[in-house]
Amino acid sequence: MDFTYTLAIIGLPFITFLILGLLHNKLSHKLAGIIGSSSLGISFILSCITAYFYFFKYGKIDGAYQKIEAFNITWLQLTDQLHIDMGILLDPISVMMLMVVTTVSLMVHIYSTGYMHGETGFNRFFAFLSLFSFSMLGLVVATNLFQMYIFWELVGVSSFLLIGYYYEKPSAVAASKKAFITTRFADLGFLIGILLLSFYTGTFDFFELTKTNGHELAMTMPAGTSFLGLSIVSWALILIFMGGAGKSAMFPLHIWLPDAMEGPTPVSALIHAATMVVAGVYLVARLFPVYVLEAPDALTVVMWVGAFSALFAAIIACTQFDIKRVLAFSTMSQIGYMMLALGVSHYGDHEGLGFMASMFHLTTHAMFKALLFLGAGSIIHAVHSNSMLDMGGLKKYMPITFITFGIAWLAICGFPGLSGFFSKDEILAAAYHHNKVVFYIAVLVAGLTAFYMSRLFFSIFFGKTQHYHHTPHESPASMTIPLIILAIFATFAGYIPFHDLITSDGRPFEAHIDWAIAIPVTLLAFGGMALAFAFYFKPSTMPDKIAASLKGVYTTIYRKFYIDEVYLFVTQKILFNIVSQSIAWFDRHIIDATMDGFATVTNYASESIKELQSGQIQKYGFVFISGVFVFAFILIYVFVY
Amino acid sequence: MDILSLFVVVPILTMIGILFTKDLKGARMVSAIGMGIQLLMSFNLLFQYIAERKAGNTAEMVFTKSYVWFQSFNIHYDIGVDGIAVAMIMLTSIVVFAGVFSSWMTKELPREFFISLILLSSGVFGFFISLDMFTMFLFYELAVIPMYLLIGLWGSGNKEYSAMKLTLMLMGGSALLILGLLGIYFHSAPDGGQLTFNILEISKITIPHDTQMFFFPFLFVGFGVLGALFPFHTWSPDGHASAPTAVSMLHAGVLMKLGGYGCFRVAMFLLPDAAQEMGWLFLILTTVSVVYGAFGAIWQKDLKYINAYSSVSHCGLVIFALLMMNKTSMDGAILQMISHGLMTALFFALIGMIYGRTHTRNIFEMGGLMKVIPFISVVYVIAGLASLGLPGLSGFVAEMTIFVGSFQHADTFHRVCTILAASAIVITAVYILRVVGILLFGPVKNPEFNHLEDATWFEKVSMITLVVSIVIIGFAPLWLSEIIRDSLTPIVERLALAGN
Repeated sequence: MDFTYTLAIIGLPFITFLILGLLHNKLSHKLAGIIGSSSLGISFILSCITAYFYFFKYGKIDGAYQKIEAFNITWLQLTDQLHIDMGILLDPISVMMLMVVTTVSLMVHIYSTGYMHGETGFNRFFAFLSLFSFSMLGLVVATNLFQMYIFWELVGVSSFLLIGYYYEKPSAVAASKKAFITTRFADLGFLIGILLLSFYTGTFDFFELTKTNGHELAMTMPAGTSFLGLSIVSWALILIFMGGAGKSAMFPLHIWLPDAMEGPTPVSALIHAATMVVAGVYLVARLFPVYVLEAPDALTVVMWVGAFSALFAAIIACTQFDIKRVLAFSTMSQIGYMMLALGVSHYGDHEGLGFMASMFHLTTHAMFKALLFLGAGSIIHAVHSNSMLDMGGLKKYMPITFITFGIAWLAICGFPGLSGFFSKDEILAAAYHHNKVVFYIAVLVAGLTAFYMSRLFFSIFFGKTQHYHHTPHESPASMTIPLIILAIFATFAGYIPFHDLITSDGRPFEAHIDWAIAIPVTLLAFGGMALAFAFYFKPSTMPDKIAASLKGVYTTIYRKFYIDEVYLFVTQKILFNIVSQSIAWFDRHIIDATMDGFATVTNYASESIKELQSGQIQKYGFVFISGVFVFAFILIYVFVY
Repeated sequence: MDILSLFVVVPILTMIGILFTKDLKGARMVSAIGMGIQLLMSFNLLFQYIAERKAGNTAEMVFTKSYVWFQSFNIHYDIGVDGIAVAMIMLTSIVVFAGVFSSWMTKELPREFFISLILLSSGVFGFFISLDMFTMFLFYELAVIPMYLLIGLWGSGNKEYSAMKLTLMLMGGSALLILGLLGIYFHSAPDGGQLTFNILEISKITIPHDTQMFFFPFLFVGFGVLGALFPFHTWSPDGHASAPTAVSMLHAGVLMKLGGYGCFRVAMFLLPDAAQEMGWLFLILTTVSVVYGAFGAIWQKDLKYINAYSSVSHCGLVIFALLMMNKTSMDGAILQMISHGLMTALFFALIGMIYGRTHTRNIFEMGGLMKVIPFISVVYVIAGLASLGLPGLSGFVAEMTIFVGSFQHADTFHRVCTILAASAIVITAVYILRVVGILLFGPVKNPEFNHLEDATWFEKVSMITLVVSIVIIGFAPLWLSEIIRDSLTPIVERLALAGN
């Protein structure tokens, strides 16, 4: 089977970007919307075809899914061994990501034609959306680490451009800058990791890097060399994971994600919930055989970072009032879940349950989180505010948003039968068999998630009805149709047999719901929902009272544990004020002054000796005669004595 | 007339042509035509060069010609190019072409301005085609001296001081250079034959070790001054700040590259033992350059100062990569020269356009320009992204080639330096986004700016020429990289031999 046509999946959004970018003054908004959405539509259809052919026709050889190289060219030859290629790699996870990215992106495109209606920058917005889609698709099909890094940077810049879409708003500009620089810092780790890994392995290629012979990596990794007790491969993979942690907003590189909510809401749905932020998870999954077989220490780091981030973000989410920020922290928490799942996974068969669960959760999360964000967008569109304090009782004004948002809410809480229930259960089961501490953290997070999502849901749709300036109304069909479609996915995505399709070694295995875990956790989630119901379904003073009684703790959590302040101190006070300022001063007043000093000394010297050439005969005569005397004196002295 | 000498002759004819014009209109027309021809010729040279290589010519230099110039000292007008020189000639003609369009509205003494500008460029072209060190040095001086007049007469701000400082520092470099060149010359015939200035001939012999060690610092620092080697870079911020737009473009875009080019073509190629032994010292200096320049740029508020410090950082990376002495890193160094040349020329062109409209270069007095002059602002963002190494633009290709190449070095010390230098990609992002954020985004700060006109056609010509070049290299770097790599073979082999 020739998969070369998959080039079009990536190529179309790029061509759309060029068309919309170069002609953005000349196209009408309507036409731009149609071009953007239809090109993504074609990409979506092609992805579906690819997925069908790959999973059900040609992907499997000897009962295991293979990596297929659909296309590959050398883009830049670096050394004799190392070269950067551009290509398309099809394997279960990349095909899955193609589906996820094109689905969400298509929904967001359609949604945006309604949401961004009448904006002056409409065409620019669609151009950037296409650029993002292109970069993200290029990232997921990368055949080698460096191609991934290239598209990794490109999604970063698309994210920067879209967060700063309202460029006249200083807060949006600051947020876009923060996002770019934080992830750039993380990418430095990624780059050094690539350099280290390629130095020892002599390749960037995923085929060679992740090829296995049963339960061993085919490639021999450098043994013996170690640094601070960890092998060099572990260091390389930890550094690579640093890049992933930056993009996926893992603690402590998460600070940009809440601020990134300054971007238009469809962007938050696409980039900062469903696709780009899971790139870190995808990166670890892509190199999973190397992690699990060669660098289990690095995988342990992944696990703890994921578990801690999941808990940390869930706690903060309970106190926030900006609905998009609640969702942002929720995203961070859920991605922590996926990381954790990878961290507890082993390789092959049922041992690789965590890997499968992580990919499963990635997919279901993309659906319900995109839905939550788009629903939030619909609400913000109606209420003109992000704060849940300005909302309440919206149920009767916005029925479609209410129902679809409700489905997503139940899905993320792990309501039995909806998608989140299945994927979360697999993660918990994987954690349970690997590490009990991580398991209990994950359970706690599940309870917290149910609480803060219910808090959000009840405060928006129930609670106290506000006196709105304009009566809120349901959004237009261009916005509600994507909501309905995503709601369908969010409901049924859990029934996809992931254990047959996407596993750590490509071979299907049997997986069942572990009721011994599922039942208590579901009950805990119901408990969280009930608590939120008691606090927020009807106007209540309880939450405020509790917050007041826990004043210090509450404020600390509300201020996100002051991590932003720490960063601000390091960057602003130390790097900017102390380091940069002193370097600038040093350059002007020491180095440059030294150079000027040479000039001054030369000048001074010539000033002081120029008197010698005054042109006065008397002076010359005096010097001459004096010289003769001195000379004569020396001669006499030498010869006579 | 041979294909290479034309690169010196056409500028001279253009200068003569300008003499016959009366005013700005005539002068700029003649300059544009002359430099347009120059640009076409450089494309032609590129294709001819590729064809020559395809045809199987594996000589180190092609299109060589040699004319005796000064018999008693064996000085020749020796010319010839390899892939690197071709690439540098391409760069020069693109930047000069864009520079002419950026000076379209020069009000004062336009004829004299264009003559000086083109004189400078003919020096640069001459430098790149020369194979004889003496001729090379002559062209080098020809490029440096008009700079004094261009800054002193057409500059702005504290121009006399800056012009003097720049010229004196570069002349100081030249003084070191001539000593170094003579040092090589007098040891160019160890067996007592004819002394020579010819680079290819000298490259076939081995100069005594002690002589190499003595003269290497002269040559390396001499060229390094022009390449903004820390701590000899301080002419750059002041010089650029005072120079008129086109001069900044040419100077940062092309002239600073003579430094890097000389470093490997003369200093390292002819004195390989010394390069191997003393490389570590300069490697430290360049690593400092890279990080120090980037940090220095963060604190500046004048657009030109920001760009000048950024150049210190980027040009530091050029010499840094040269000192890694393997094919990949040196390939990256040359790509970085080209990439930096294009993007810094673009930056200075843009700064000139912005200054021409707002009459300030202080970023805090501006803001929200994206809304009023979108075309210029978008190009500014593109230039910024190229500078911070975004894939798809030239900076990324160059930097990644450098980092991967440098990291292949067998020494841990060199690899640690690579990691330190790589950290500059983060600092670069900081100062670029800071400027973009303050200058272009946010609300329009000064209400008077609401009436600014966006780019005119000649400004667009200048910008588009440079942006297209940056994008082409960024998208399809392979052909350029291969041309350069193949030409690096003799240099790398000689250095490797000295290393053993």
